[in-house]
Amino acid sequence: MKKSVFLGALTVAGLAAGAAAAATLDDVKARGTLNCGVSTGLAGFSAPNANGEWEGFDVAVCRAVATAVLGDPNAVEFVPTTGKTRFTALASGEIDMLARNTTWTLSRDADLKFTFIGVNYYDGQGFITPKALGVSSAKELDGATVCIQTGTTTELNLADFFRVNNISYEPVPIETNAEAQQQYLAGACDVYTTDASGLAATRATFETPTDHVILPEIISKEPLGPLVRHGDSEWGDVVRWSLNAMIAAEELGVTSANVEEMSSSTTDNPEINRLLGTEGNLGEMLGLEADWAKNIIMQVGNYGEVFEANIGESTPIGLARGLNAQWTDGGLLYAPPFR
Amino acid sequence: MTTYSDPPSESFQLSMLVNDTRYRSITFQVVALILLAAAIGFLGWNLMRNLALLGQDISFEFLGEPSGYDINQRPIPYDSQSSHLRATFVGVLNTLIVAFLGCITATILGVVAGVLRLSNNWIIRKLMMVYVEAFRNVPVLIWILIIFFVMTAALPPPSAFRGDDPDSSMLFGAFAFTNRGIYIPRPIWEPGSAIVVGVFIASVIGVFAYRRYTTRLLYDTGKLLPRGWPSLLILFVPTLLVFFILGQPISLDLPALRGFNFQGGTQIRGSLIALWFALAIYTGAFIAENVRAGIQAVSHGQTEAAASLGLRPGRIMNLVVLPQALRIVIPPVISQYLNLTKNSSLAIAVGYMDLTGTLGGITLNQTGRAIESVLLLMLFYLTISLSISAVMNVYNARMQLKER
Amino acid sequence: MSDTHAQSVGYVQRSQIPPSPPPATEAGAVRWVRENLFSSTANAIMTLLGLLAIYHLAVWALPWILNGVWNADSLSECREILDGARGACFAVIAERWNQLLFGFKYPSTEYWRPTLAFVLLLVSASPVLFSKLPRQLLVLTALYPFVGFWLIWGGSIWVPVFALLGIVAGYYAFKQLERQSFAMGLIGAVVAAALFWWVTGFVIPDLSRIIPISLPEVPSRDMGGFMLNLILGTVCISLSLPIGIVLALGRRSQMPLIKWICVIFIEFIRGVPLITLLFVANVVLAYFLPPGSNFDLILRVIIMITMFASAYIAEVIRGGLAALPKGQYEAADSLGLDYPQAMRLIILPQALKISIPGIVNVAVGLFKDTTLVSVISMFDMVGMIRGPILASTDWNGVYWELFIFAALLFFIVCYNISQYSQWLERQLDTGHKR
Repeated sequence: MKKSVFLGALTVAGLAAGAAAAATLDDVKARGTLNCGVSTGLAGFSAPNANGEWEGFDVAVCRAVATAVLGDPNAVEFVPTTGKTRFTALASGEIDMLARNTTWTLSRDADLKFTFIGVNYYDGQGFITPKALGVSSAKELDGATVCIQTGTTTELNLADFFRVNNISYEPVPIETNAEAQQQYLAGACDVYTTDASGLAATRATFETPTDHVILPEIISKEPLGPLVRHGDSEWGDVVRWSLNAMIAAEELGVTSANVEEMSSSTTDNPEINRLLGTEGNLGEMLGLEADWAKNIIMQVGNYGEVFEANIGESTPIGLARGLNAQWTDGGLLYAPPFR
Repeated sequence: MTTYSDPPSESFQLSMLVNDTRYRSITFQVVALILLAAAIGFLGWNLMRNLALLGQDISFEFLGEPSGYDINQRPIPYDSQSSHLRATFVGVLNTLIVAFLGCITATILGVVAGVLRLSNNWIIRKLMMVYVEAFRNVPVLIWILIIFFVMTAALPPPSAFRGDDPDSSMLFGAFAFTNRGIYIPRPIWEPGSAIVVGVFIASVIGVFAYRRYTTRLLYDTGKLLPRGWPSLLILFVPTLLVFFILGQPISLDLPALRGFNFQGGTQIRGSLIALWFALAIYTGAFIAENVRAGIQAVSHGQTEAAASLGLRPGRIMNLVVLPQALRIVIPPVISQYLNLTKNSSLAIAVGYMDLTGTLGGITLNQTGRAIESVLLLMLFYLTISLSISAVMNVYNARMQLKER
Repeated sequence: MSDTHAQSVGYVQRSQIPPSPPPATEAGAVRWVRENLFSSTANAIMTLLGLLAIYHLAVWALPWILNGVWNADSLSECREILDGARGACFAVIAERWNQLLFGFKYPSTEYWRPTLAFVLLLVSASPVLFSKLPRQLLVLTALYPFVGFWLIWGGSIWVPVFALLGIVAGYYAFKQLERQSFAMGLIGAVVAAALFWWVTGFVIPDLSRIIPISLPEVPSRDMGGFMLNLILGTVCISLSLPIGIVLALGRRSQMPLIKWICVIFIEFIRGVPLITLLFVANVVLAYFLPPGSNFDLILRVIIMITMFASAYIAEVIRGGLAALPKGQYEAADSLGLDYPQAMRLIILPQALKISIPGIVNVAVGLFKDTTLVSVISMFDMVGMIRGPILASTDWNGVYWELFIFAALLFFIVCYNISQYSQWLERQLDTGHKR
């Protein structure tokens, strides 16, 4: 009797499991919303504003995917995650994709079984320090106290950098960016290290930004990108090409202002036509509507527009395009052809 | 449970499994066992399926790999090339350090506040009440964060000690209070220092021996020898004599501002201080209530009886009330120690690298081994709790023997 | 009073002398001060030290509070207004109070709902807390879970109505089958309720279309701020009470297997910090659920906190059971009551009554511990402060004001509950203490 009940329970569990393992794309369509993991608050990348709406550069990627799949940039359920919870949330299916300035590394790809579908921001780890200390290079930081935000690759890079240069330091791990800033400003640490984009954003909020310098060393490569689970390539393709559509649109000069006009009739450029769905059946191949990319550009914007609106030079974050310029402008952004 | 004095006369029926008290308890236990097995089977099956689906496995091999991160407070040698296991041990030790310091401080605070709450001074009584109520009724996480911010905001950074006319200066030239922590002198043990320490330990034993002797003398002959100054004499004079005879074998390594930080001496880090104080003050408020309840629980007749014997109020407290109160106070206080140890897991809020910060924090993040890390984390706290409970049970058993 | 007598002793007072006032040092405020503040040298020193401490605190805190700025849009504006003077920037509370109380996603037009639910909570909790109130009010308490659920989460009114009716159906089934045996009654009740819910599950969508009474639905992910603390605290404590009773009875059971299951569960939960259980809810629990099943984070956290609270409540109730005189158990047995009857009619009513202060203490502790959910990226009161508010460029750098506000709110709630608990202890205390 015991055994049969036990087996019965197992069968029920097995059935439930079998029924639930459907493709993510179908799940999202059936649900009508995209569950997108973001950070709990990083100005410019993902943070809720005073009205409770999520805003930022990573948030825009979520909105782009939601637009491609569901046609509505607001059909996103933003799930705030910490450095600790983000991977489990993705692995367990709580979120469909993660756009939380996550660095693409081999072990995350192979060991944690995630697929990075591309890079939406090329970053690197840097240092900020008060001008009064008179430090001009990170190699002069022997014996310094360094504030770091925990739960990122930052800790590992930092340990490697100081080890390679054979200088000592005292790490002060801090949980949130806001608290790290407070510690740094109060002088509890000499240096604050995080991704260079974060440093610029942080410096912008200081009372007197000019009292602080960002040191020239960038000690790591931090390609930040959205990621999905292993084992569902169709879904991975949808997310990958949503991002690529934003990048390609900027390269091709398609903006939210002119996309309506460009898609109303076939243009001279066949690649634009294919992107906007007026020619070919690229959308169908992905399992999406023909005008998926047009919707993204119209409702979210192309890469350049999103960049300028959230973290560009006109915002308080004030980041230059740098590595994140199109390849035609000497940057690293290079969308594969829409063909 | 079941009694077989009256064997079943009629034939066995299925309904007897539920209705007959002889079989009912067995039925219930079998049902419970089935449900338990089914639940465990269900969870285990899900775990296996999930892991297979994600292509992961359960393995503790990650503990042997290099951790790759640095820890600021290292009771044992550790660097970023050490293994995750070693990082875990560092975390365990750091947890134990803060728990130990916190328990001692909380006891002192709690006893003082508990006794003062019964003081006949109105202001002190009310102040202690404010302290106890304010800390008991606000979450400890908020207190940890507030005290951490107070520390950082109120104390000067090391740079304030720099320059010809610094804003801050060191206390006695030996103690530096900065918002990175407190720097105190560290003794340097030179050859011969062992003798000094040995003499000091011998003096401590001597003090106890002397006090026992005076007590016995008092009980036997009624002769009261002075205790205060001879104790101090025994404690310090021989040690100091040996210290100077051997040519001062113990010297102090004083902290001094070099480069970015104070170097030398011992640094008690800001995160440790914040966590330590927050836990101690918070738990102290609870201990104060236990102490007060314990003192009030001692029957009034005891105090009156002591007073009628002509004892002074201080002696009534020391000789009559406190020994009796202690028996009531100690069990709840030990469970407060347990709470303090468990609350020390909030260290991550201030970046103190305890076990939750190393194993449950960075190691978990970097390796993604959630199940294994959380399991080890729980096992550690469980071991601590169970051993403290065991100690408490032994104590309770001993105390109960002394009751009437 | 004869004349002779009057002549012989002329100094006898003929009328009573009015009582003279006590010396100035032994009366009124002076006496109080002497007795309470300066009764001895040590006392006087302590008084002076206490006064000094209060003075320093006041000098440090008062200007800061009085200079406080209440109207500004950002910290930098605050600093401009203060112009170098020391002062608080309470403007952050003025601007973000709604986020602190309700989280950042609860629709602002619906704020009346949680507020009303909170007021109703106070009303419906009072008959449980004060035994002097008429017992009929307990109906309110029984109805509250459904009303509260509907107010906070919204949706069609028929969901909570049918949930309630299902429980009523289960109760009648229980009453019918109880004669046979308690266990049968319990099983019957569960089956009846489940059947009822299953059947009405088909009716609800149509009914909601025909008679559409509904509030806008708010998903639980949108709960936040102090409201989340209150929800977690109330829900988990109410759920853990029945579980705690079962665990406490199980731990005192004669059946070794059941006893050991309960002992292991209780000791395990009490032995680990809540934060590790929250880690389990957050990062581990998903592995133990069927693949693809997707629980809300808030639900997972409620499960873990409820387990946590029920272990502590079980220990409190076990204490209450142990404190009952053995005669009560024997009396129940001698009346021929079986185990469920004895427990329900004799033992539990008394045991629960004496455990109420302990349960209230557990409740206060648990309510404070709900702030720990901020560590696992939920936006409760503390999470709101450490997350969105401090991360926003406007308010980055405001710490004191926010944390003091949070501490104050928690203090008000917890202090009142613990005062209630002490009052109750005095009520229950029939001994003669001095």
